[in-house]
Amino acid sequence: MAETKMVNLTIEGRPVSVPEGTSILEAAKTAGILIPHYCYHPSLPIPGVCRMCLVEVEKAPKLAPSCATSVAEGQVVHVHNDKTLEARKGVLEFLLINHPLDCPICDQSGECELQDFTYQEGRADSRYRDPKRFNPVEDFGGDVMYVPNRCILCTRCVRFMDDLAHDAVLNVSERGDRALIGKFEGKDLTHPWAANVIDLCPVGALLSKDFLNKARAWELDRAASICPNCTQGCNIMIEVRDNSVARLKPRPNEDVNKFFMCDYGRLNYRWMNRQDRAELPMVRNGSSLAAAEWDIAIHSAANLLRDAKPFILVSPMLSNEALFLLTRLLERKGGTGVFRVATGEEAPLPGIEDLALRRDRAANVHGAEMLGFTRSENPLADLGADDVLVIADEDLRGMQADSASKARAVIVIGTAVPEGLDNVAVVLPIANFTEEEGTFTNLRGRVQRFTQAKAAPGQARPSWLVLGDLLGALGAQESFFLPSDVFADLASARQEFSGLSYDKLGMRGLPVVQAEMARASR
Amino acid sequence: MGYPHASHQRETAVLSQYFGDTEARTLDGWKKRGGYQALEKALAMAPADIVNVVKESGLRGRGGAGFPTGMKWSFMKPGDGKPHYLCCNADESEPGTFKDREIMRWTPHALVEGCAIGAYAIGAETAYIYIRGEFTEPLLWMERAVQEAYAAGILGPNAMGTGKRIDVHVHKGAGAYICGEETALMNSLEGRRGNPRIKPPFPAVSGVFGSPTTINNVETLVAVCPILMKGAEWYKSMCLSNPKSTGTKLFSVCGNVRNPGTFEVVMGFPFKDFLYDLCGGPATGRKFKAVIPGGASVPIQTMEEADATLMDYEGFVAQGSMLGSGGVIVIDDAQSMVRVIARLARFFAHESCAQCTQCREGTAWTTKILERIRDGQGTMEDLDTLMSIAYNMTGTTICVLSDSCATPVISGIKKFGHEFEALIHGKRIHSVMAAVA
Amino acid sequence: MSAKSMGGLESPDMTAHDGSGHETAYTPVFFGETRKELDTLLSRYPTKMAALLPALWIVQRVHGWVSEDGMAEVAELLELTPAYVKGVVTFYTMYHQHPVPKYFIQVCTTAPCGICGADEVVKAFLQQTRTGELGVPSPDNKYAVIEVECLGACGFATPIMINEEFVESVTPDKVSTILARLP
Repeated sequence: MAETKMVNLTIEGRPVSVPEGTSILEAAKTAGILIPHYCYHPSLPIPGVCRMCLVEVEKAPKLAPSCATSVAEGQVVHVHNDKTLEARKGVLEFLLINHPLDCPICDQSGECELQDFTYQEGRADSRYRDPKRFNPVEDFGGDVMYVPNRCILCTRCVRFMDDLAHDAVLNVSERGDRALIGKFEGKDLTHPWAANVIDLCPVGALLSKDFLNKARAWELDRAASICPNCTQGCNIMIEVRDNSVARLKPRPNEDVNKFFMCDYGRLNYRWMNRQDRAELPMVRNGSSLAAAEWDIAIHSAANLLRDAKPFILVSPMLSNEALFLLTRLLERKGGTGVFRVATGEEAPLPGIEDLALRRDRAANVHGAEMLGFTRSENPLADLGADDVLVIADEDLRGMQADSASKARAVIVIGTAVPEGLDNVAVVLPIANFTEEEGTFTNLRGRVQRFTQAKAAPGQARPSWLVLGDLLGALGAQESFFLPSDVFADLASARQEFSGLSYDKLGMRGLPVVQAEMARASR
Repeated sequence: MGYPHASHQRETAVLSQYFGDTEARTLDGWKKRGGYQALEKALAMAPADIVNVVKESGLRGRGGAGFPTGMKWSFMKPGDGKPHYLCCNADESEPGTFKDREIMRWTPHALVEGCAIGAYAIGAETAYIYIRGEFTEPLLWMERAVQEAYAAGILGPNAMGTGKRIDVHVHKGAGAYICGEETALMNSLEGRRGNPRIKPPFPAVSGVFGSPTTINNVETLVAVCPILMKGAEWYKSMCLSNPKSTGTKLFSVCGNVRNPGTFEVVMGFPFKDFLYDLCGGPATGRKFKAVIPGGASVPIQTMEEADATLMDYEGFVAQGSMLGSGGVIVIDDAQSMVRVIARLARFFAHESCAQCTQCREGTAWTTKILERIRDGQGTMEDLDTLMSIAYNMTGTTICVLSDSCATPVISGIKKFGHEFEALIHGKRIHSVMAAVA
Repeated sequence: MSAKSMGGLESPDMTAHDGSGHETAYTPVFFGETRKELDTLLSRYPTKMAALLPALWIVQRVHGWVSEDGMAEVAELLELTPAYVKGVVTFYTMYHQHPVPKYFIQVCTTAPCGICGADEVVKAFLQQTRTGELGVPSPDNKYAVIEVECLGACGFATPIMINEEFVESVTPDKVSTILARLP
């Protein structure tokens, strides 16, 4: 491999060394300097039109757009001197002459780059005295609404649809100050990845209809997570208001989803807020289930499992940690671990390699398979009459009503009790993935962490904690105080995971294969 | 010659000698006048030799920037394995400029010939002549000339029997001033919005269709024919002032002048003589007040400046303006400078491509303020704002349309500030007052 | 004056009606001779997209304007999206996005013509075509008058365009003769 030539320059007095061909804007980032910009986006072609990122390069006759100017040896770049501040102040004033000051009713407020940079370095007042341009709000289809009055014509949305979605349904229409983002009558933003234009929009011109007027940006609590809705494992932020998931946003990860997530994943979050949850541990008392103390419920479950062969039906939405502890149950007396997966059409984002909404619509299919669970269309087919059926967060929806009835007893470890079961002996309520911490393994074998975004309802406990207690009640020696403890146990027990830890995974994950290679070369 | 007027004795008609001569439009007529001899000569030369002759002649781009043509051609590296293209910029749309229109409608074959020579010289097999859509008559003659040239075997796979392929195609614009900017022209030719592109890459590296491209103005290409026929020395000898500005130049004159039209003079000709002698001076009872000498984008000259100007690239710069496209707009003392500048600003606001923030918003804002002042509703604060906006619009965008809008504002307020102030203070400008001032 | 009224005709009620109250069905442009014409055009460029402006000119020549159906037809032939084509159409002022009256009169009023009395020419046309207002069709739907930016014939102030025809050196007193000459 040819060695990349490094270029040395000075940005704001700091020495910077970056590969040849890097833009000044990206080089500045490596030195911790953010050059304000609007049209530039690292995943899109560079049009250089907003003129916000102008910097002074010593000995150059004019200010240079840092997004479109490559670094050169010995360059001295000024980002925050009088000349550049004046230029950016000018751009901000121009952008604001036709931009309504409706921040109090704008969804983008609080996460608006026009707002941020104006506060940071814009004029305190405007010298514009004329009426502002007006165009009506337009429904762009999909989840997207266009508020042209707020648009700053950065064209990120147009470039995303053209260059990454390969579905050029957006254009710049008209010219001069009449220009606006347009589309063709009858051709909507129906592409499965179209809603990314909302995130790309630096201002409140493209809004999510789903999120419209739901919350102010500063009211949201954010937790780093992984999209659970397919096996791609897009990195996301879960944004929560009043212990309720308000929206999902993509979180950048160069190795998985760049800056994006699909509309299906983005909008498929309401189940995370479902209200009909199992909130209390329950034990069968005659013909009905009755609330019980956690200890009693755990021991009731342990008693059922002590001498029986468990038949474990898991959800591929469970974390590696939960699945691993379930394999410990199987190791005791033998037994079967199975799961099924809901599927749908694959929908790629064609402009980016290996990024798609995958056919398998669950986060941890690969993890479940690696840990030894068997995928099946009809997972309860081999259920024996002597088996104790453990249903780990499977809702049984769409399965034959009596398929679980032949089991000797049923233990439900889940977020809800499946309907139509009359032989449930114990219910152990667990947190859903937004309420606990853990890891998923995506379809390329990448192990990625998710963190807790909200509180679990009632007495529901994290799945790893419940399963750890259950194993303890069955006589296991280990005790787990943190999910990282479970993962450490997993990493020492399973070769594929060896060498990995929460610390090493960080918030961007690592592939198991790579860990294996690292171990082999050690 | 000063079409539509009879040729003036002080003109030097090289490119314009057949203006008004309807026979020169046809292939036969053109051949009778020595047409296509230059192409024949060129095709017998090595491309590099043609480039050298043009370099030697000192010919500079006639579209506005004045870049040395031979040097531009030498940027096109032969044998890079990519197709090369020549684009002829016939999108003449700078207000005040209509010289290329006359070339195309009187001597269309001269342009076909110039394009063919240019294409051969830069290693291109295809030349596109991008003509603005409003030029219906020039389009008609150019298309006819190209057809005739193909029929006569001058163009095509075996151009003039030399076995060399030269294609020339006429491409019709559709109404956009900015397509006269070379990178916008390339985008438009490719079937895109006429948005200027960021440079680098420069057209000679990656131009139209991603291939090395040279863009030349109509007048530039047409000038190559006599240069090849009569030699670089002859061309270079046509120079009255600065040796960096050689040859003849077509100036189109419009506005408040007795003989508007297209005139051809040797570089360095005294502007005062040009205005009062060739162009016939102002109308009876009027005086000249200002001149915009190089199309609407260049700084406005006062008459003191204009009178002291020698007409070449350096001469106009020395007197506070630029040669630009050679479109001379003459303004007499009956006009309000505020009205003229407001109307120019409106033009630029209408034509802004909408890419760059400063241009999209600035041109429209400038227009609003100027029209307010024009209508007697302005304030002194508006003048400060105008100047400040104009500075913010200068040197900060991809192309120079933004600068072009700011230029008449800055030079207008600097040189004719009293007219703005008079309107702001509620006084109507009368011709007498302006003349006194 | 808004710049918009200079770019083209603003008339919300001027959709493609045939007078029967029904929208007329769109007749495709590119078949037979025009299809051959397009093929010739395509042979001149290395990309299909480059034939976009010429193809739109053909649509306008045949239909008198470029409708959304026309854009969609061109888009399909050149393997572009209709939205892309529309973005291009709206950039260029010479493509009519609405049907225009029989005589579409464009008067240059940019500064060089403006100082030579172009405004008076506009007034004369508005009066004598009985259109009254810029961009509004005359009562008999025969004329529409708009101001246009520089037509590039500044030495022949005031130049006007009637459809594709260029008329130079128009003064207010010549307007009636020009209108009378129109068939």
